[in-house]
Amino acid sequence: MKFVSGAILSVSVLAGFLAAVPARAEETPAASAAPAAPVPCEVPDYLLTGETALPKVAEAIKAGGPLNILVVGSRSSTIGGPANGAETAAYPGQMQAALKTELPSIQVNVSVEIQAKKTAEEVATGLAKLVETKKPTLVIWQTGTVDAMRSVDPDDFRTAVDEGVVALRDAGADTILVNPQYSPRTESMISASPYLDNMRVVAQEHEVPLFDRFALMQKWSEAGDFDLFTAVHNSELAKRVHGCLGRALSQFIMASAHPKPVQEN
Amino acid sequence: MTSVADQISGPSLAAEAGATLLAQPAAPAIARPVAAERELRLDLFRGLALWLIFIDHLPQNLLTWLTIRNYGFSDATEIFIFISGYTASFVYGRAMRDVGFVVASARILRRVWQIYVAHVFLFTIFLAEISYVATRFENPLYSEEMGIMDFLKEPDVTIVQALLLRFRPVNMDVLPLYIVLMLGLPLILWLMRRSADLALALSVLLYAATWQFDLYLTAYPSGFWVFNPFAWQMLFVFGAWCAQGGAQRMSRILASPITLWICIAYLLFSFLVTMTWYLPQLGHFMPKRLEQWMYPISKTDLDVLRFAHFLALAAVTVRFLPRDWPGLRSPWLKPLILCGQHSLEIFCLGVFLAFAGHFLLAELSGGTGLHFVISVSGILIMSGAAWLFSWYKHSADKSGKAKATGGNADMAGGGA
Repeated sequence: MKFVSGAILSVSVLAGFLAAVPARAEETPAASAAPAAPVPCEVPDYLLTGETALPKVAEAIKAGGPLNILVVGSRSSTIGGPANGAETAAYPGQMQAALKTELPSIQVNVSVEIQAKKTAEEVATGLAKLVETKKPTLVIWQTGTVDAMRSVDPDDFRTAVDEGVVALRDAGADTILVNPQYSPRTESMISASPYLDNMRVVAQEHEVPLFDRFALMQKWSEAGDFDLFTAVHNSELAKRVHGCLGRALSQFIMASAHPKPVQEN
Repeated sequence: MTSVADQISGPSLAAEAGATLLAQPAAPAIARPVAAERELRLDLFRGLALWLIFIDHLPQNLLTWLTIRNYGFSDATEIFIFISGYTASFVYGRAMRDVGFVVASARILRRVWQIYVAHVFLFTIFLAEISYVATRFENPLYSEEMGIMDFLKEPDVTIVQALLLRFRPVNMDVLPLYIVLMLGLPLILWLMRRSADLALALSVLLYAATWQFDLYLTAYPSGFWVFNPFAWQMLFVFGAWCAQGGAQRMSRILASPITLWICIAYLLFSFLVTMTWYLPQLGHFMPKRLEQWMYPISKTDLDVLRFAHFLALAAVTVRFLPRDWPGLRSPWLKPLILCGQHSLEIFCLGVFLAFAGHFLLAELSGGTGLHFVISVSGILIMSGAAWLFSWYKHSADKSGKAKATGGNADMAGGGA
């Protein structure tokens, strides 16, 4: 259970290795200033197609809206540093924009509840109340980072996420879990894997879709889409990553709300 | 606690306790036929454990799939702690017999000091790395993750907590456990001189109490020790007990085909359970009942399932790998054996190399290829260093032949 790291991850690592070292996009200030072509941050199918559905979201779409989404997260759900239009640039805003293009006839409302420096346990207790006041169709709960940084006991973490997910279900909202970011620079200081594993376990247990932000970012990094190792103070990069995450998340919601029929391949 | 675990650990430990208590006082338990000869299997597997720990400390990569934790409940930590208990008890037990309790304890404390210094040294390297990253790395994408550096803002507290072994960065949990276990060694050996079985029984009792009353050591800034010494001591004491003649007395049980089949069945069971972690599709085959009873398998408190898995692994290994197996002399296994013989040095080097590997991966924006290269070169460096240490020790021993070598802490594998 501790080391459930998912066949998915291993397969992607393997594939990455077989494909040899991918050329890495070198990021010079000049390059990022140039009008960049849309970043090819592809989302592999296996990270999208959940068997788990979002019944309330599907219903809302069918009924013609509105689709109320509440993002509960820590600071990695924002773009940190000096805010310059960071509100809309962060992934919740990007997701909203993508969903609006996807569902032009439906009103999509996104509100963001940032609970910085709070562990899953601290957030979980307030979730029911949040749903009660905001009445969202879907809660996107991004968690795990603070717990990993404080090295909260992984078992306690799992219990907390479990309780949170149950509370959300009981309060009548669909749930998507979002795991920590892939952060290569701090990998030797923050041990993310037990938290990733436990989130996966809870998601499986309750059949809640898990948006694997970690695996996605790792994949993009390996494919050379982004240089996540860069030490340069570069909010352009952060914006592009969040843009990709937002679009991926919107795709993920659409895919989970309408689980695809069995693919032809 | 459970049928499987009891069948493996129960009879072997408990059944003999009564029988041997009577025979005990006359002969010191350590009287082994070939006490002087080095047990290469211990070195081999400790070396293996060190390699595996190193690989596990690097980020996930191809080699990670070769480490045993992916194929069963227990992992390299169990091997390391067990063999450490075994060799420590072997070396210092003899010292205790030869030179008395006080001097032997003083030697143990000197060893503890060495391990402590090694730990502090590693912490310093970690501080250097983290400070470097903190000042150079300013990516707004990761402003949250950078919060991990917050402790640099109050070094007065953090560094003191680190010296007290309460603040331990990622991957620096084994040495503090080792320090605490070694601190307890004089008491363990003193008890074992009276009755090895009593010592083991007390150790099991403490383990049970840990689970019953939830004993633990707190850590800074929150939480508790990743390896709970109150639980892990059982493995250490069990290793010590084996070295004090326990292994010999168990040989009949170990040789029995029933034991073998129970062990193989349990290993297979554990393998299949582990597979369900990686291939969620298999999860449907797991009975819900079993899942509820089994999970979580605590590493912090050395779950009985882990302990039993280690025992089964050890029993099968001992059975199929006799002490005089010619392969132990083969040059191919030499690097492993050498690493095992200098465990403290190689362990520290491994932790350092893991830091360095992380750092290189980050600085060079490394991909999977570089990752593989780093893992392999790390192992080569560890082997090279071990070879150097033993070459040096050899030369030093030759020139200092006149000196008595009695009770040398390094006798049985780099000193416990």
